[in-house]
Order: sequence, then C-alpha cells, then structure tokens
Amino acid sequence: MRLLAIDTATEACSVAVQTPKGVFEHWVEAPREHGDRALGMVDAVLGEAGITAADLDTIAFGRGPGAFTGVRIATALVQGMAAGLDRPVVPVSTLAAIAQGVHRRTGHRRVLAALDARMGEVYWGAWTLDEGGVMRATDEECVVPPSAVPLPSGSGWAGAGTGWSRYENLLTERIGAQLAICLGHALPAARDLLPTAAAAYAAGEAVPAEQALPVYLRDRVAERPQRG
Amino acid sequence: MRVLGIETSCDETGIALYDTERGLLGHVLHSQASVHADFGGVVPELASRDHVRRLLPLTRRVLASAGVDEAAIDGVAYTAGPGLVGALLTGAAFGQGYAWARGLPAIGVHHMEGHLLAPMLEPETPDWPFLALLVSGGHTQLVAVDGPGAYRLLGDTVDDAAGEAFDKTAQLLGLGYPGGPAVAAAARNGRAGAFRFPRPMTDRPGLDFSFSGLKTAARLAVERGDADDAVRADIALAFEQAVIDTLVIKCRRAVDATGLRRLVIAGGVGANRRLRETLAERLADVDRFFPRLEFCTDNGAMIAWAGAMRLLAGERTSQRVGARARWPLMELQPPGAGS
Repeated sequence: MRLLAIDTATEACSVAVQTPKGVFEHWVEAPREHGDRALGMVDAVLGEAGITAADLDTIAFGRGPGAFTGVRIATALVQGMAAGLDRPVVPVSTLAAIAQGVHRRTGHRRVLAALDARMGEVYWGAWTLDEGGVMRATDEECVVPPSAVPLPSGSGWAGAGTGWSRYENLLTERIGAQLAICLGHALPAARDLLPTAAAAYAAGEAVPAEQALPVYLRDRVAERPQRG
Repeated sequence: MRVLGIETSCDETGIALYDTERGLLGHVLHSQASVHADFGGVVPELASRDHVRRLLPLTRRVLASAGVDEAAIDGVAYTAGPGLVGALLTGAAFGQGYAWARGLPAIGVHHMEGHLLAPMLEPETPDWPFLALLVSGGHTQLVAVDGPGAYRLLGDTVDDAAGEAFDKTAQLLGLGYPGGPAVAAAARNGRAGAFRFPRPMTDRPGLDFSFSGLKTAARLAVERGDADDAVRADIALAFEQAVIDTLVIKCRRAVDATGLRRLVIAGGVGANRRLRETLAERLADVDRFFPRLEFCTDNGAMIAWAGAMRLLAGERTSQRVGARARWPLMELQPPGAGS
C-alpha cells in the first residue's frame, strides 16, 4: 500500500508518504505559506520515497477542524489530485491526527485533543487507541468554550493541542482528576494521518474525490442583518 | 490546446473547457446568489465553503457535456486574483492539484483580463486595439486595450463599484439580491422625473467614477417620504438612470480622448438593458461589443480563454497555490513577455 497524506489545517504544513519502505515526511511551521509550499513538499517526499504519483493507492488529508482557509487548501488540492489520478481519498480529522501524534511520541492511549478555535472556544475531541494502533473518536467532535467541554468517561487522559496551551487552567480545572497529564501545545502532522488512512483504505472506506470535503464544526460564520 | 478554466473569485463557481482550435467545448456556472441573499451581499466565508463543494462536480459535468475525456485536457487555467482570497484559493488549489496529477501546465489568470477578453469567445470579435468598460459588482473601470496583455487604466471608481451600488440600493429598497436585475425590474414601473439624482464626477474632467453618493441620495429619498411601491419604483428608476448616464458620459469621453472606435462592455452590469440602449443612442459612431450575458458575468470560459492565450505563449504558474486580493491590471505583460 502506498499512501500520501497532506495537512494544512493549522500553522503547520506537512506532507507524508507511506510505502513498504517506511514513512517519509516533511513538516514546517509556516503560517500563510501552505499554498506556496504544499505541492513542492509532495514532490520532495515522493522523491525520497522513490515513487511517483501514479504509484499511490489513495490520498489522505486533514479535513479539519482548523483554520478554514487552510483546511480548504488541503481539501481542494486533494480533490484535484485525486480526480486527476483517479484515486479515492480518506478525509481524516485534524484532532485525530493530534491524538495519533501524541501516541506516537509519548505512548499515551487516551487523548483529549483541543485546537484553539478563537472567539473563546476550542475544537474538541476525545480519542482512544484501538487494537490496530489507530486513534478512534469516543464521542462527536465539537466546538465549545473551554469551560464547557464534554467530560470524557474514565481517567488517564492526556490533553494536547493549541487549545490546551491557550486554556490550560480552564481545561485542567474542567477535566479534573480524569486528566493524567497536560502535554500542551501540539500541532498535527501528516504522518499521523497515515494510520487512520491505511486502516480506512484497507477496510474499503476510502471515498471518491467528490467526498473530499472540509469539516468546520463552526458553522455560524455570518450574522443575518436585522430586518427593520 | 484544450484548457480547463476555473473561476472562483467571488460568488459564482464557473468551469469551462476551451479548445484553441475548435472554440468553447462546454461551460457551467453555479451561482451562489441564494446562499448570500439573506445577507444583502457576499459573505466571503460562505462563498469559499460553497466553491469547495462545487468545483469537482461541476468539472465532471463540463467534461461529460463536452464529451471530452480527461486525457484530452492540455492545460489548466484558474483565476488567481483580484477577488476574495479564500474563494480564489479554492480554485487555485483544485486547479494546481489537478494539473500536478496529470502533469499539465497550469496558469493563474487575472480575473479582469478574463473579462476584458471575454468578447473573444464570440463569433464577432473586436480588432485590437479597443476600449473596454468593465462594470460589475467589484469593478468599474475604463481600460484601453492596446493588445493582448497591454492594458492602460483610464478611469476607475474612487469608492463603490456600480454593481455594488445597485446591490446596496436594492437592499435599501427591499428588492433583494443581486441588486442589478432587481433595481432594473422595479425601475420599469417608475415615473420619469419623479426624482432626479446627481451624475457624480461628470462636472469635472477625467474618467473616474464615484457611486457612493448616489446610494446616499437614494437612501435620503427613501427616508424623506412614504416609500410605497410606486415611490420605490420611482427611486429605482432615478437611480438606474443616474448610474447609466454617468457610465455613458464617461464612455463618450474615453472614446473622444483616445480616438478608439471600438468599445467592449464587460461585467455583470453590461447586462443592463438601459445601458445598452443608452450606449446605442449616444455612441452610435462606435462599434459596441457585448459578450453574451453568460460571459458578461463571472464565468470559467473567459478564464480558459485568457489562460489558453498565456499557456500557448509558454507562461506557467509552477506549483504555487497563490491568490491576490488586489492585483493591478497594469502589472500584466503581453503573453510570454515575462517567461
């Protein structure tokens, strides 16, 4: 199986490829440069992996939540790439990627991922590791004030993401004794989309490129004018 | 050369396939008017959200209707500015991703160059050089088109675009969005002379425009009395006459100042019937070119045409998903000059 993954949902811009030879990744923190960099990074990573675009089985991308414009850059890019290559896609939650990254780096198996959503809110999700080593959502993701995040069941949770670095006190207080550790600032990386993407592709759950669509969570983005 | 054209600069998703030998093979347009109607204007975030849902289904539809296999596409052109950056980036990313996957050349096209050259999609095309009035919700410009990629800005709006003034006035009169057709429809029931609005900036030399004062005049007229349907129609008529008069006066001046005897009217306001009639009356000595309505408003075909012109000259936008909110038309060079 040969997978490509792209994430541009936060300040980080990253691309990763998985082949039987291993995982190859480029990751940069480059706000507002995602569009300029993403395709060049794809070529670089494919080159390091020694494969070409035509060798890919599927393309995964960070479908959000995150910065709206960034999420759409990866989404539209992957729509075009997958349509052009005639390959299916796997949309993966940005919060899942954060949780998967925590597991890869620290071994934690239960992660409360939070991204700073601005406007006094966080994008929030609780993730646990399955037997296949893939982070699975235990509940629906949501956008909520840090003081009102849904409480997870059980204990031993690790908190991670920009939501935790921004609202550490509020979130720590809210989760209380269920929290084992606050890891704070953590950005998603494309390589952490790969476990979910590989499992989904193997299970026949990759979808047509038309279904490569963002998940924003925040849907109220404009006020209707008052009618006089 | 067959070029896929992608337009997402504002609130229409336009996709087209243009063949430099055979002409336009197909084009579709999805208007977001209903998405923005409740807000009285384009909400940029909602525009971007809609584009990213439409791009691929519309592309598939164009290819299917043209009966063209994907393998027969030779290049990709997308609007890279000016416009709403978030909206532009959806088309740029999709176009660059598609071009990357198929190993095709891609180019970011200037939206206004697309509009300026839209008459080239018609059977009767103007000879170079010509004069162009670009008049839409985002722009009101008079441009001397000396040749492909050689443009001189003669006049521009100092505040609102004409189409924007139509939108705001329509909102004021409770006529809905988009405002151009709504105001024009209401104006048909208006009584001539009931109101008289100024012709802004026609009392001094120059080719610049200003429309925000007209919008204010309409607002004051509404606030002054009982604005029932008849009065609203009167205001709509007075407003429309003032905008059209102003546009035509400046066109006349531009013709006289440049000596150019060919005039292209592009942009959504070009669909206005009163504009066409008044131009026919007062610029009878000038050859007037109106691209058909679907090419007057934003569309993918004009982007495919302008992109094909530049791709044929060897220009490329290599693997960069970029967009510019502002991009002066004067920065453009003739095709191939910069590569």
